[in-house]
Amino acid sequence: MRRRWIAPSAVVWLVVASAFFLIPLIATLLFSLRSLQTGKCCSGAAYSLIIHDHQFWTTIRLSFLLSLETIAISLVLFVPTVYWVHLKMPRLRPVLGFMALVPFVVPPIVLVVGLLNLYKGSPSWFYDKPSGLLAAAYVILAFPYMYFALDAGFRSIDVHTLTEASQSLGASWRTTLTRVILPNIRVAALAGSFLTLAIVMGEFTIASLAAFKTFPTYIQLVNETQPYEAAALSLLSFLIVWAAMLALLFVGRGRPRPAGAATR
Amino acid sequence: MIREGTPRFLRTTLTTFSGVAANFAGIPLAFAFIATLGTIGIVTTFMRDHLGFDPYAHGFTLFGQTGVELTYLYFQIPLMILVIAPAIDGLRSEWREAAANLGANSWQFWRYVGIPVLLPSILGAFILLFGNSFSAYATAYGLAANGIAIVPITIGFYYSGNVVSDPHLAQALAFGMFVVLAVMMLLYVPLQRRSARWMR
Repeated sequence: MRRRWIAPSAVVWLVVASAFFLIPLIATLLFSLRSLQTGKCCSGAAYSLIIHDHQFWTTIRLSFLLSLETIAISLVLFVPTVYWVHLKMPRLRPVLGFMALVPFVVPPIVLVVGLLNLYKGSPSWFYDKPSGLLAAAYVILAFPYMYFALDAGFRSIDVHTLTEASQSLGASWRTTLTRVILPNIRVAALAGSFLTLAIVMGEFTIASLAAFKTFPTYIQLVNETQPYEAAALSLLSFLIVWAAMLALLFVGRGRPRPAGAATR
Repeated sequence: MIREGTPRFLRTTLTTFSGVAANFAGIPLAFAFIATLGTIGIVTTFMRDHLGFDPYAHGFTLFGQTGVELTYLYFQIPLMILVIAPAIDGLRSEWREAAANLGANSWQFWRYVGIPVLLPSILGAFILLFGNSFSAYATAYGLAANGIAIVPITIGFYYSGNVVSDPHLAQALAFGMFVVLAVMMLLYVPLQRRSARWMR
């Protein structure tokens, strides 16, 4: 009794849903193309204003560097941890899984209030610099995404066999980790990294309350005074998320390698 | 819609798009809605000029409760699809056939088989979406700045407010939010375990 056609009610739903999800995107595009003086279509003035705004470049650069830093710290922290838990202490896996839920229980708005209070009076190279406090907070935010990606990656490989093979060939722990384990979980690590990139590039709450000037706070600043530029920036921000998510899909779909090809 | 009959390409598009749209929250989303339904938004002006209907003259405003709810739907619906799709996939066609063999009609199938099996997943998704809306700050802030009195905005207002600043009140509110969300998670974990029973 397999149906090959789509029910009419489903078509109606699809049309309504696509309208709801596409109209705001189209409206943002049209809005960003309006001329600054007349408010009529079409001019690229908003875009050229953004490109010549040096604040745009400094904030987007800061956000990008922050996401790179967050990704680097997360990978260095979590790859060995998840590896060790899978290899030696599988009983701790539920504990890690539970800890990964904590960022959902403590949302950014609660987290930032607590963090700012706790670290008040810490050295200024940490407290006053985005690369200190902000990056640390983002590592916490990215933890669940990184953890679930890595966990899935480690579950799909045979950690024990790989480790034993590597050690019986005389490899040290570091060699095992960097030259055997890492290449095998590359896809999972990349997936976690792209998710982290999308999160950090769009994070507003913590940056705003901790008074740092990142890309999302810049959009908000423009939003308050210059609507057409803000539309252009919003669109750009959507494109970044799109790119990160498409990269994620592309990496995840990577053609399945034949068995044995994994270690070359 | 996620069930069997749907063509594969449509399904992939749907889940891909949901994955992307669920991440669209924040300032840009708020702005996309301002450009659409704000006072000079594209849809608002279109309705005003061509349909002769001004939503703002009829009590609608994007910057109040309805507007914020409408905007939250933009990332909540895709999230719901993402969360509930695996559960609906878990509904096996054998069950439907077995029910049909025993003489059940479609309504009876859903009433006695479909809904009971899906219930833990639906409740779990409900909790997840509640938490997601409850703790959203950026989207509401982008829409209405300090104009809407939801808890996260109030925390931000008291914590970094230029006019009224009362960090201790903000901390108390933040702790209150934490308690609510912690209770939600305590309900979520057993539901998750129970819904996983039907997943293989």
